[in-house]
Amino acid sequence: MTSSKRRYVLGISGLTTLAVFAFCVSLFVGPAAVGLSDLAGFFGSAPSETGWLIFSEIRLPRAILGFAVGATLGLSGAALQGYLRNPLAEPGIIGVTASAALFAVIAFYTGLAASFALALPIGGILGAVAAVMLIQILAGRDSSVLTLILAGVAVTSFAGAMTSLALNLSPNPFAAYEVIFWMLGSLADRSFEHVWLAVPFIAVGWLMLLTLGNALNALTLGEDEAASLGFNLSRIRLRLVLGTALSVGAATAVSGAIGFVGLVVPHLLRPLVGHSPKLLLPVSALGGGILVLSADIIVRLLPFEREIKLGVLTAMIGAPFFLILLLKHRRNLL
Amino acid sequence: MTQLATTGLTVSLGGHEILRDVSCSFETGEFVALIGPNGAGKSTLLKSLAGLQDYSGQITLDRQSLGLIERRERARTIGYLGQSGQAHWPISVEALVSLGRLPFGDENDQNGAAAIETALADCDLLPLRHRAVTALSGGERARVLLARVLAGQPKILLADEPVAGLDPTHQLDVMTTLHDKAAGGAAVIVVLHDLSLAVRFAERIILLHNGVVAANGTPDDVITPENLADCYGIEAKQGLVDGIPYVLPASRI
Repeated sequence: MTSSKRRYVLGISGLTTLAVFAFCVSLFVGPAAVGLSDLAGFFGSAPSETGWLIFSEIRLPRAILGFAVGATLGLSGAALQGYLRNPLAEPGIIGVTASAALFAVIAFYTGLAASFALALPIGGILGAVAAVMLIQILAGRDSSVLTLILAGVAVTSFAGAMTSLALNLSPNPFAAYEVIFWMLGSLADRSFEHVWLAVPFIAVGWLMLLTLGNALNALTLGEDEAASLGFNLSRIRLRLVLGTALSVGAATAVSGAIGFVGLVVPHLLRPLVGHSPKLLLPVSALGGGILVLSADIIVRLLPFEREIKLGVLTAMIGAPFFLILLLKHRRNLL
Repeated sequence: MTQLATTGLTVSLGGHEILRDVSCSFETGEFVALIGPNGAGKSTLLKSLAGLQDYSGQITLDRQSLGLIERRERARTIGYLGQSGQAHWPISVEALVSLGRLPFGDENDQNGAAAIETALADCDLLPLRHRAVTALSGGERARVLLARVLAGQPKILLADEPVAGLDPTHQLDVMTTLHDKAAGGAAVIVVLHDLSLAVRFAERIILLHNGVVAANGTPDDVITPENLADCYGIEAKQGLVDGIPYVLPASRI
């Protein structure tokens, strides 16, 4: 085994251990003290106990969603950066986040979300799928990166404009508040209903993204060279965009917009895998899961009267990071 | 013997005909230079031969239509080195060169390791193998990109201006490596701007002008005062120094 391979195996094992650790810690953090003794319910002795209820109905779905959402953001960020060959790319760049948010806002606005709880996640997924279809129409069969970015900008601005319009016209200020809070991004008060709704889509999206590795490696050389190595770029792009839409759409729908994870995680982990876009995919999924689980633990521990929203925390860490990244890249260019 | 041929090849980009009715063929073991003024369609012809371009007319690989050949199969036969290629991530030299083995799959690629070693040695990269590609000089990087194509051991090797921007030493290195591959049985088709390198290394030269084949034959047949005047609008001094042919563009006409 070469030294780089050994480092990769070590990295994967280390990250897996950290993810399991963060997952377990996440189960025991919250306003109500739940100890190991409350988990007796797990073995069927006292399923009605409050502790067990809190654990199984609140903590467990929250931790599962934390990992799933984080892994989705990390993985899709790594895939998009590899495809676009740009370390500043993010799932938001192809318009999926904005469009998912718009459809969720429509669900709020029409009152659907109030009368039918699942309207929100379903709306998010529909929005992501709509963004993908629009991007396919705008970018067509042309497989160039620039067209994809421009189409993403167009979709994002359109979705942003429509979201503002909906908020502007909102007859009910409470609905507007609800929308704004949802857009901040959070994992609080999620149930297993959310898990069952989102996780199947997320899993299918992961599969599509994880199998892109070789194509992303080939794209290191540029698009013509990748095509000359036998890759069908139009099909690669379709898989990338669909995989991102399914996983990020479902994740955004249950958690709201959680930014910068897809940017920060692949960037930090890239040196660990020798900058290989293929090896970066599984590593970034684990890293994203760890980051969101940890951030979600921190928001529950912060001593504020109201819980800080998860999306706010990731943005507060992520935005300065983005600035530093920009400065570093500029220095490299000089 | 493998043969790559075009018949009545026409390529239009944005309503403009870049190549018009181009018919030519290439066989394994020969070194062919594609020359012509800027915009003559050299790169487009090379891309079409690599299967990277929509076209009308016919391109065949051993009498089989190029478009009908499975992509990976095609990639195992035809290697393509693009113009001003680059590496977008700071991966190691060895990792970049191994990308040339992608068409062979991960599992049943027994020759992979040996092919990569040979390619690294051919391009004199063994001492650099663990360096990051982005930290290399332009000449070193050009050799790495060439080694990537050689690692696939293609029967047909297409290279678009592989010596552009290289110093004379590296130009000769790259041309000699390519020439050796042709001598070793590959068809090597190279887009060149340097006419001296073309007459010195190529057995056959194809001169493109405004998207059509203006001349196709031995260097002596193609590099004539008339052709140079018609296509490039130049007058050139030609001759031999110590048995090495040269073409020196002297003046515009």
